[in-house]
Amino acid sequence: MILKGKAHVFGDDINTDYIISGKYKFKTLDMNELGKHVMEDIDPNFSQKVKPGDFIVAGKNFGCGSSREQAPRALLASGIRGIVAVTFARIFFRNAINCGLVALECDTSQIKNGDEIEVDLASGKITDLIQGLVIHAAPLPDVMIQILNEGGLISYFKKHGSFPSASRSR
Amino acid sequence: MGKTIAEKIFERKTGIPVKAGDMVIARVDMAMGQDGTTPLAIRSFEEMAGKKVFDPSRVVFIIDHNAPSPLESISQLHDIMRKFAAEHNLTIYEIGYGVCHELMVSQGLVVPGDLVIGADSHTCTYGAIGAFSTGVGSTELAVVMISGQLWFKVPETVRINLEGKLPRGVYSKDIILYLAGQIGADGATYQAIEFAGPVIDRLEVEERLTISNMAVEIGAKAGLMTPDSKTLDWVKKRTNKPFEPIYPDPDAMYQKVLTFDCCELTPQIAFPHRVDTVKSIDDIEEIPIREAFLGTCTNGRAVDIETAARIVQGKKVHPDVRFIVAPASREIFLKALQKGWVETIVAAGGVFVTPGCGPCVGTHQGVPGDGWNVISTANRNFKGRMGNNKAFIYLASPATVAASALEGKITDPRKYLG
Repeated sequence: MILKGKAHVFGDDINTDYIISGKYKFKTLDMNELGKHVMEDIDPNFSQKVKPGDFIVAGKNFGCGSSREQAPRALLASGIRGIVAVTFARIFFRNAINCGLVALECDTSQIKNGDEIEVDLASGKITDLIQGLVIHAAPLPDVMIQILNEGGLISYFKKHGSFPSASRSR
Repeated sequence: MGKTIAEKIFERKTGIPVKAGDMVIARVDMAMGQDGTTPLAIRSFEEMAGKKVFDPSRVVFIIDHNAPSPLESISQLHDIMRKFAAEHNLTIYEIGYGVCHELMVSQGLVVPGDLVIGADSHTCTYGAIGAFSTGVGSTELAVVMISGQLWFKVPETVRINLEGKLPRGVYSKDIILYLAGQIGADGATYQAIEFAGPVIDRLEVEERLTISNMAVEIGAKAGLMTPDSKTLDWVKKRTNKPFEPIYPDPDAMYQKVLTFDCCELTPQIAFPHRVDTVKSIDDIEEIPIREAFLGTCTNGRAVDIETAARIVQGKKVHPDVRFIVAPASREIFLKALQKGWVETIVAAGGVFVTPGCGPCVGTHQGVPGDGWNVISTANRNFKGRMGNNKAFIYLASPATVAASALEGKITDPRKYLG
């Protein structure tokens, strides 16, 4: 799977309250509605800047805080296709993959806000097309690629009725 | 080579030898969902064409985050939970029973040695009684409701030894805030922690729960403690379930061992908007406050309310401060009533709200105004957390919160504990 989109750059420790505030997420299961409010507390016009297929590029510990699956789901609904971060918080990482949101870990320090990036999921190769920069992310464990290829855990489980088998995961 | 508590629990639940780093599919003893995450889990359950819950005695729903409902739309979501629980014969704890993480332990739903998942990040709380418990998302809760299993990576463990003795006016909350400041918000990501040492041994179970509760604030997957006689007595009073505690091997292999001496520890304050921006109360300037909140899965227990009552006894809450108290459970609320702590706090000018999450998650019961400083016993102080991104949340122990409520500024509680 090769994905291409614009980079929206954020710093370290972006928590799930920033991704989707509790004051919205408790009210509704309508992800399109929640998608309008993603990142609002730290970038009030964020959802208007996103085009379908775009990426968030961040520092360490992206998605720390609560277990709300609304965070990756609302990001997907806003048009964000994936997150490239130095590291992820554990629960967010699982939730992202389970929802079909791409999540890759690598050194993101050189990617600039607005750069066009290309992501090769299978190899973990990330290319900054503006700067001609190639970064290699840690390849995802097989179990996660299998889930992502099915579009998330719901479709995976529906189709296979069980978990993917794999030797590495987190 | 010996094994950690985490490795030994996963061995028991998989029936095969495991070590840190292994990927396993394990049987889950209990699964919990609250009202912020369960409606989405029910939707996932239906989307996966789930027909029945694998074992209705092992799945619990709890309505605590928005309780009672402040909005029509939330009432509809609560009804989705009620309807599903009735159809599948699940136990549901209604509004007013209390916070999910308090009920899971105080109602005897979790026992030492269990593997527990909850669709809430603070599920790691039950590590204090020796259960491996961790937060998951809604879809994973749905998968467990269907299959009774989930995949895990057996985590490495960091051992944290707490040596010495806590000084007067310094509490388990101050320990975990101090550790957050030292280790950082991502200091133990993907890892389990074992908290140990004479300081832990001396704490009561209620106080230990505060520390395990905040393990996730330093990134950890679980915050475990070795069960001792206090744990076993506490658990046996609350459940008839048989259980067999798990202890770490003396030669267990830890990713690292950290040792902290607590003899000189002071009351700690986490500054907005990060849990790991922590200062000693001795090193802060005057910080006026407009709201003081005592409660949550971190610090809404009987010992916390008792401490606050002792501090405000015969005094008045500062006129600029709204002092809000949310007992962590109905049982705790009743005890606080019987002991006279509620009367003491209300007479001083405090306000009690329904046992549950209270204003912690920003939907009701005390949303701060623009520019307000709030001092809270909760576990998170992210911008916007309490429902207003123009407010500033400081985290502290119940004693510090009560003393601050009296003076209208962040106040060292030690002077009230003569």
